[in-house]
Amino acid sequence: MHELSIASSIVDSVTGSLAAYPGARVVEVRLRIGALAAVVEDSLQFCYGIATDGTPLAGSRLRVHVQPVVIHCAHCARESILPGVQSFRCPACGEPARDLRHGRELEIEAIEIEEPEADA
Amino acid sequence: MTTRIVELRQGILKKNDELARALRQRFTAAGVLVLNLVSSPGTGKTTFLERTLRSLRESGARVAALVGDLETDNDARRLAASGAPVRQINTHGICHLEAEMVGKHLDGWELDALDYLFIENVGNLVCPSSYDLGERIRVALLSVTEGEDKPLKYPTLFNSADAAVITKIDLAGPCSFDREAALRNLNEIRPGIRVFETSAKTGAGMAEWMDYLSAERARRTAD
Repeated sequence: MHELSIASSIVDSVTGSLAAYPGARVVEVRLRIGALAAVVEDSLQFCYGIATDGTPLAGSRLRVHVQPVVIHCAHCARESILPGVQSFRCPACGEPARDLRHGRELEIEAIEIEEPEADA
Repeated sequence: MTTRIVELRQGILKKNDELARALRQRFTAAGVLVLNLVSSPGTGKTTFLERTLRSLRESGARVAALVGDLETDNDARRLAASGAPVRQINTHGICHLEAEMVGKHLDGWELDALDYLFIENVGNLVCPSSYDLGERIRVALLSVTEGEDKPLKYPTLFNSADAAVITKIDLAGPCSFDREAALRNLNEIRPGIRVFETSAKTGAGMAEWMDYLSAERARRTAD
C-alpha cells in the first residue's frame, strides 16, 4: 500500500542525483530490497510507472534485486541466510536469531543513464 | 549517446531516516521517552492509550500524544479526555505516519516539559514498518480477536518491534484465544520480545506496562 510513497521517494532521490549529469536520460534504476522490507514488487512496478510519469525517469526500467534476510548467530559465530521470514532462528543450530544483518534494505544501488556525446 | 552506470547506494527513505534521526536527538536531549504504537485497525490502540495516559497522569508523569488517522479527529478527542495534550495528524489517504508529519505537529510543544510522548500510528501493520518516526520504542499491538498468527502474517512489523502488547485479554475466553500459540509466534518472529497481556477495560496487565514505561524512561534518559 505504501509502494506509491516508495516510488515517489525513488523519483526524488534519482532526480536529485541527476543534477550532476545534465541532459542525461535514465534508462534503468536498480534497487536492493530486503526480504523483510514489506515491499511488493508488482505493486512497486505499477506505482513506478505512475510516479515517474512526467519526470526525468519517465520510461525507465526498474530492476529489483531481493536481498535475503541474513542473521548473525552468536552461538555459531557466523552469518547465515534465513530461508524465509516465518522463524528467526539460526538455520544451523536453531538458536533464536536476534542479530539481523540484512533483509530490511530499501536502497537505490545504481542508475543506468544515457548521456549526450560531449561536443568534439 | 553514451551509457553509463552511476553507483548511488542510498536509502530510498533517506530523507525520512534523516528527519527521524534529528527528531530522536531532540527527544533524547529533552529527556522525553517516545513510543510509536502500531497495530491493525480495531486492535484497541486508542482505548489502550487512553488508559495509559490516564494512569501516567495520575502517577504525576507529564504526557502527550500525537495520533495519526487517514481522516477524522475522533481519536484525538477521545484521548484528550484524559487531560493530556493531544494532536491529531490527518494523513488524508497516506497509510502510515512519516517523520516529517511528526516534526510538523510538535510545533509549540515544550518537549522539555514532557516525560512521555506517544505516537499512535495509522491502523496498519504493513506500511508503518519502514518509517522511522524518531521513536525509542516501537510497540506492536494485537488483540485476542485477531488470531494468534498475526506475528507470522506481518513479520516485518513484529520483527522491528521492541515490545508487544496483547489487548482485550478479557475476551480471551470467548474468542478461544490460544495464548501459548500467540507467545510462541511472537518469539519466532522477534526472539525475546517483551510481551504485555492487557485489558484496558478491566485494567489487567496495566501495572506491568506502567512499570515497563517508567523503567525504560529511567534507562533511556539516564545518559
